[in-house]
Amino acid sequence: MTAQASTPHQPLRSRSHTFWLQARSNRSFMTGIAITASVVAMALISFAWTPYDVLELDIASKLQSPSLSHWFGTDHFGRDILSMIMVGARNSIAVALVAVVIGIGVGVPLGCWAASRGGLMGEALMRGNDLIFAFPALLSAVIITAIFGPGAINAIIAIGIFNIPVFARLARGATLSLLTREFVLAARVAGKGSVRIIAEHILPNMANLLVVQGTIAFALGILQEAGLAYVGLGTQPPFPSWGKMLNEAQTMMSFAPHMAIVPGLAIVVTVLGLNLLGDGLRDILDPRLSKARE
Amino acid sequence: MIKALAHKLIWAALTLVVASVLVFFALEIVPGDPAEVMLGINATDEAIAALRKQLGIDLPPLQRYFAWVGGLLTGDLGTSYTYSVPVLELVTERVVVSLPLALMALFLSTAIAIPVGLIAAGKRGTMADTGIMAVTQIGIAIPNFWFALLLVYVLALWLQWVPAGGFPGWEKGWWPGLNALLLPAIALALPQAAILSRVTRSALLETLGEDYIRTARAKGLSRRATLSRHALRNALIPVVTIIGLQFAYLLAGTIIIENVFYLPGLGRLLFQAINLRDLILVESVVMLLVATIIAVNFLVDLTYVWIDPRLRSTNKAGNTATNRAGNTSGTEAQTDGAS
Amino acid sequence: MGFETRKTCTRALALGVCTVGLALAGTSALSTMAHAAKTTLTMGMVLEPPHLDPTAGAPAAIDEVVYANVFEGLTRIAPNGAVVPSLAESWTVSDDGKTYTFNLREGVNFHDGSAFESTDVKFSIERAMAEGSTNAQKALFSAIDSVTATDPGTVTISLKNPTGNFLFNMAWGDAVIVAPESADTNKANPVGTGPFQFSRWAKGSAVDLVRNEAYWGTKAALEKATFRFISDPAAALSAMLAGDVDAFANFPAPESIPQLRADPRFTVVVGSTEGETILSTNNQRPPFNDVRVRQAMAHAIDRQAIIDGAMFGLGTPIGTHFAPHHPAYVDLVGQYEFNPEKAKALLAEAGFADGIKATLKLPPPSYARRGGEIIASQLRKVGIELEIIPVEWGVWVPEVFKGKDYDLTIVSHTEPMDIGIYGRDDYYFNYDSPDFKALMASLDGEADEQKRYALMSDAQKVLANDAVNGFLFQLAKAGVWNAKLNGMWENSPIQANDITGVSWSD
Repeated sequence: MTAQASTPHQPLRSRSHTFWLQARSNRSFMTGIAITASVVAMALISFAWTPYDVLELDIASKLQSPSLSHWFGTDHFGRDILSMIMVGARNSIAVALVAVVIGIGVGVPLGCWAASRGGLMGEALMRGNDLIFAFPALLSAVIITAIFGPGAINAIIAIGIFNIPVFARLARGATLSLLTREFVLAARVAGKGSVRIIAEHILPNMANLLVVQGTIAFALGILQEAGLAYVGLGTQPPFPSWGKMLNEAQTMMSFAPHMAIVPGLAIVVTVLGLNLLGDGLRDILDPRLSKARE
Repeated sequence: MIKALAHKLIWAALTLVVASVLVFFALEIVPGDPAEVMLGINATDEAIAALRKQLGIDLPPLQRYFAWVGGLLTGDLGTSYTYSVPVLELVTERVVVSLPLALMALFLSTAIAIPVGLIAAGKRGTMADTGIMAVTQIGIAIPNFWFALLLVYVLALWLQWVPAGGFPGWEKGWWPGLNALLLPAIALALPQAAILSRVTRSALLETLGEDYIRTARAKGLSRRATLSRHALRNALIPVVTIIGLQFAYLLAGTIIIENVFYLPGLGRLLFQAINLRDLILVESVVMLLVATIIAVNFLVDLTYVWIDPRLRSTNKAGNTATNRAGNTSGTEAQTDGAS
Repeated sequence: MGFETRKTCTRALALGVCTVGLALAGTSALSTMAHAAKTTLTMGMVLEPPHLDPTAGAPAAIDEVVYANVFEGLTRIAPNGAVVPSLAESWTVSDDGKTYTFNLREGVNFHDGSAFESTDVKFSIERAMAEGSTNAQKALFSAIDSVTATDPGTVTISLKNPTGNFLFNMAWGDAVIVAPESADTNKANPVGTGPFQFSRWAKGSAVDLVRNEAYWGTKAALEKATFRFISDPAAALSAMLAGDVDAFANFPAPESIPQLRADPRFTVVVGSTEGETILSTNNQRPPFNDVRVRQAMAHAIDRQAIIDGAMFGLGTPIGTHFAPHHPAYVDLVGQYEFNPEKAKALLAEAGFADGIKATLKLPPPSYARRGGEIIASQLRKVGIELEIIPVEWGVWVPEVFKGKDYDLTIVSHTEPMDIGIYGRDDYYFNYDSPDFKALMASLDGEADEQKRYALMSDAQKVLANDAVNGFLFQLAKAGVWNAKLNGMWENSPIQANDITGVSWSD
């Protein structure tokens, strides 16, 4: 993936035009974007409206199976599961998205820096990456939450830290290969400094890679958040999260299976949508790879 | 090549040192005192102080750090605060569950993924390929703990084919033991297999595009023979990378699955130890895992050389491994693999 | 495992010989009974004990394995909560109530074969009292002045002052009798005098006990008992349904009780425990230092909804800190009826018409985590916004219990007869009532039962009037076991899984 930095940037309009032309015929992309857009829309709607108030407990109507008044049934506190899924989407998206932003925000500058400095610094950075990866991710998350206490913010940190090396490596590889390209050499000859070269020439050419990787990291972030919340380390009550809903559903599977099935499906569909989107984006943005695949 | 490996070894040692510092001092700032947790809410301050002294946690952190590292170097992992038995003994008891589970899951995942990947690559563009890709795409999206819950519900509670959980111990024979590990292994393996088969497929397709394969085909070798004889071997590098990553992930990252099936594995030992603030146990086990993961990465590097003799003459293996070995979480592997 | 010394090996050999003899006798006895009866038991427990020495740690899980089964004290608690003789066959108390003379049972041996004598009693108690002792309940021994081993069969204990609860205190798991030879290794290899002896501990999974064939009293019907640790409620249900576990004295998932009850394979008994589950309140921290705020909370809390929602209907509402099954219990549940309007009025009166923001720290048990969510939702309706902070015990103990850095928390106080904690200085409630302390002082010096009960009922009323804490419910114990098992404890007067009387019916 590292060597596939795309062609030097073309005029913006023609680029986006080609993009949409290709996108429309890409099934992965279209399915992915449809699913992702629906999930995001659901999360956004939940700010303004949900069928029921998720903070309102109604013990009397607990554990109802799906019905017309509660499409996905109610949980053990009598909360409406559809409403919880909607609000939970907010949480999943926010945690995963911020974790990706952390990954890009810290990882990309580090990667570019390591590539342009080269030598020992580059090596040291990559070793730092290895160091992070030598720690089992979930375990580190457990330690992080043991230090700071459980909560959405700490879930973001735990997931975000593991995104940093992914993007750092990506950025370093892309930078290294771009640095040898004519347009970069030309810019250098023209007397531009490294920072300017990176900002003006390297980053725009890396954007495609980042978008693809970002989408995938986003999908993984949702899975990881669910895992953390499932073991009780993610978002805390009273705010619903999909992973926590699964945790609560576990002991009630035999008489209220809807409590486990609905949030699980929500996770699967969302992650699936993002993965399809990522695949589609890769096909469209990375012509070399698409050709290899055909 | 030897130089490159020596270089890697030095870095591995350095990584371990840094990791030990990180682990030790990260746990130092975890709130909560082991002695307080052990003695509970009615204990007098005097009793707590006595226990702290007995455990040796009244000493300054730096002194404890060096004592701990010194112990590690001589193979002494320390004595668990809560269980008051040697950490090594606790770890051994857990490894005999975690390791077979990880190996079973890895075996299942590989045994499913490689043929599936071969079929998909061989029938690229057909209905079979599309179908397989769709299924694996869903497989990647399924959280393994949710899958585990569904498995328990259907196979253990409803059909009652397999035990719902627990581990009888190997002394009852290998069959009850394997039987107890079967469901957790499946729950772990299937999502991994989904990733691995995609990686296998795309790695195969990539090699199929290369010149020597075209030559082989031109020489009249059947597509099938080309696939299994030439392409597979050369596609193995990314596949082995992912297998290595998945193994590291499986060994340590099974906390959630161990909880679903209440298996006495390494992950649960750690989880409990953190909650009980059995710091020495956490520290030593984390170091052991880190060392194992580094060792697995190293082995993966060696495998590259074995797979592709061309690498013996260059430094490429080392770098590839570094780049490949990045993603610890098995799911993350898809990015590397698909490229 | 590596702790076997040569000494214990030789002892084990001696024991082995003795076991064979008894086993032969046992076989003939068994043959007259129904011979198909199963003689093994797998008991599920939620938490694994960190070690197995009840005299060196607080976790209830230790007692749940070894109390009465492996270790015995001078006295013990019977299933009905009464104090009955154990290693002490009988005792006399001097008129001033300060000297207890215990007559010890004869012919009792520790599992390693060494004889039990008065010196062991002296050793055990002095060890618990000693400076540097890690006994978690040193307060049990605080009244003791001296212990004298008068002769091998007699122990005399002198107290500094009369202590009404002394025999009860000596029945605790923290006061069991251990042998000097094995005291230091009991954590990993417990050696007691009980009807079961330790056999194996697969860490993280199970502890095995086997019948002590040389037991001094009635031998256990079970030959082997396994305590298996299953922390996950869902896994506990699966294990029960799959038959992997025969019994759960305290089933961790109340939501599954209806399902288990409907299943003819199981007996489900909902019994009482000593656990007063309360919304502990920091009485010094504003605004909770205002009694009207605490009373407002009491009116805002719908106990039944909490019991239904968090415990799936298991539990008895309480209005003060006292177990409803105790004869001196006063029903004060109605004192603060559920009335959000009244709560709002009280808050307004106290100057908090605009609402209150506070934190609610919740330890891991599900009664706390689930109950906390419900309470937060109930209090929100009267304008009290609670931020929920889940904490592990490792944090709860130093922060909340020791550091008193909290506004509200939920915890079940499971020690029996623990109303006295409200009279302690520096206890985490930060409750300081001279009236209450005076009542406790009179109670300590009072030996007459009726008068004691009267004092206890006054004390309960003081706590209710001051609305010290949110009194929620008495924790119920849902015991689930195979319908063919007999002799399981229905209630839980002390945290233990006494399986000495358990047997299979066919």
